[in-house]
Amino acid sequence: MQETARRAYKAMVMARAFDTKISALYKAGKIFGGVFLGRGHEAVAACEAVFLTRGEDVYNPFIREQAGRCAWGESVLESARSYLGSTQGYMRGRDSNIHWGNPAVGHPAPISHLGAMVSVVAGMMMAKRFKGITGRVGVLNIGDGTTSVGATHEGLNLIAVEKLPVVTVVTNNQFAYSTPNCQEFAGSLMDRGRGYGFTCHECDGTDFMETLATMEKAISAARAGEGPQWVVANTLRMCGHGEHDDAAYIPEELKAAFADRDPLSVARRQMQEAGWLTEEEAQQWDDECRDEVQRLVAQAQREATPNPADEDWKATSWNPEY
Amino acid sequence: MPTMSVTYIDAIHQALDELLAEDPDVFLMGEDIAGKFGGAFKATKGLDARYPGRVLNAPIAEDALAGVGIGAAIGGMKPIIEMQFADFGVLALNQAGNNAGAHYYRTGMPINLTLRMPCGGTPGGGPYHSQSMEALFAHFPGLHVFTPATVADAYYMLKQAVQIPDPVIFLEHKFLYRWLKAETWMDPDPLPIGQARIARPGKHATVVAFSAMVPEALRAAEELAATSGYELEVVDLRSVKPLDTATILDSVARTARLLVVSEDFPWGGVAAEVVAQVTAHGFHLLDAPPLRLSAHDTPLPAHPDLWKAHRPSAATIADAVRYLISL
Repeated sequence: MQETARRAYKAMVMARAFDTKISALYKAGKIFGGVFLGRGHEAVAACEAVFLTRGEDVYNPFIREQAGRCAWGESVLESARSYLGSTQGYMRGRDSNIHWGNPAVGHPAPISHLGAMVSVVAGMMMAKRFKGITGRVGVLNIGDGTTSVGATHEGLNLIAVEKLPVVTVVTNNQFAYSTPNCQEFAGSLMDRGRGYGFTCHECDGTDFMETLATMEKAISAARAGEGPQWVVANTLRMCGHGEHDDAAYIPEELKAAFADRDPLSVARRQMQEAGWLTEEEAQQWDDECRDEVQRLVAQAQREATPNPADEDWKATSWNPEY
Repeated sequence: MPTMSVTYIDAIHQALDELLAEDPDVFLMGEDIAGKFGGAFKATKGLDARYPGRVLNAPIAEDALAGVGIGAAIGGMKPIIEMQFADFGVLALNQAGNNAGAHYYRTGMPINLTLRMPCGGTPGGGPYHSQSMEALFAHFPGLHVFTPATVADAYYMLKQAVQIPDPVIFLEHKFLYRWLKAETWMDPDPLPIGQARIARPGKHATVVAFSAMVPEALRAAEELAATSGYELEVVDLRSVKPLDTATILDSVARTARLLVVSEDFPWGGVAAEVVAQVTAHGFHLLDAPPLRLSAHDTPLPAHPDLWKAHRPSAATIADAVRYLISL
């Protein structure tokens, strides 16, 4: 587990460095559209994706899973390209920010409509089943807000009926944009998972070691053919919905309660307590990641942005010849 | 080579059978389509037994059905998803339009998804089992929308839909399912997708139609030829997107008068699009204002007498053409 934990923690450090940089660029007016950070979600995202194999499993990160994209094996260069509209990126300026993907390797490009990707991940896993590919899992990220959407229910029910090897990770960060849990759902998110017949797990998403152990258990179970898994990971969104949002609606006492629960700090402490990371290494990784982010963002900034004159304006790959 | 008379739905069944036989990446999924039941209209009857594990029943979940199709297509499959009624296709509109339709432009990967939707009115169908959905889906970039009007087109266009790597909305008219018959669907030289068909040549006016309005327009043409001596040219669009404006304009160049018939509601829609295209590109060809004949701008009524009066028919088409020729 030590090596896995180290990879997960390094992905978290890289993601935090990237988020810090991209937020600064947003405030400098260098980013078109919104900027969405993963502060508070890093442990959940890194600890799920670190158990996946890019190109073989399916990973569906969404708005706050930059640490997951890093742990999955996508360079932050791709996120930078998406935010900056580089023609070298997967979306080539046609979509942006966190709405990027590389579906050919099992990372679909999410649309904005919450819940829509639940059934898409189900379909990707069904394709593997049709093709006789076994031992692969799909990790699907939703949040407390997405549990309210009709499409989410349709997709989760279908995952349950088809008994697909999907791990649905519900990161409950307590706010759907500005709406608190009490106005978003009644009862418990764990009960929702039980209602579908999923095997359910719950963890403190700010506790790195607990989250890592929970994800390992859930993902191994799905991989071993034990059916769909449901993980509720509790945390707090430690930033606005996007960088345009000061999150003034989050009560001060709640922020204070989470002041010493920043997943990066907790993970760093736990890794050192376990003897899996030295202080020198931790400092070295901080420096390395900041330098790497600086270099890769600068690279993306130098790359060409789309030229409307070169755009073919074709929405389909097949077009009649007349 | 079949010799018995075949129906429009026979042709669809045959196309699905062959698609499953020919391509291991094809699978069917929809509500009530598997097992002995074989679908609300029996389009998939017996296929589950012939292709075990490749004809799947789904929960009642139109959004998820379309989403599963998208995911499976990302994974290299060629899903054919059945919406039990096109009316319920609105529940899959987000997945179809915003996800499948946008996917190629956003990511460069086309989604080889065929969404079959039994559409259009039948006596007693009522407001929610009768609607025409072509305009709604065609509005979204990235979707091809097919509206076959003949037994042969039901067969060939469904097979072509799966060959096209993009998402296709395949609108099968329920009224045509068992009413429309042909001696065979075999055509040694089927038209390519995207090309309209001159269903009847003529010279006094062009009637553009698609789906179940094509047989109505042909009946109107027979009546007008018999009673008034007018020769209508009937153009069957076959696919509303892509829209073959060249064939329409060629026809208008011959006749100088245009009526576009649609079973859909009047506001916006395919008929409006055809009129806009002809007005923009063929204004100089017209001797009279281009006209539309659509259903009424109300929900579809259930009672058969109201329903017949809600949609265009051979009689109302003939009436509209007489007016058009008088202008």
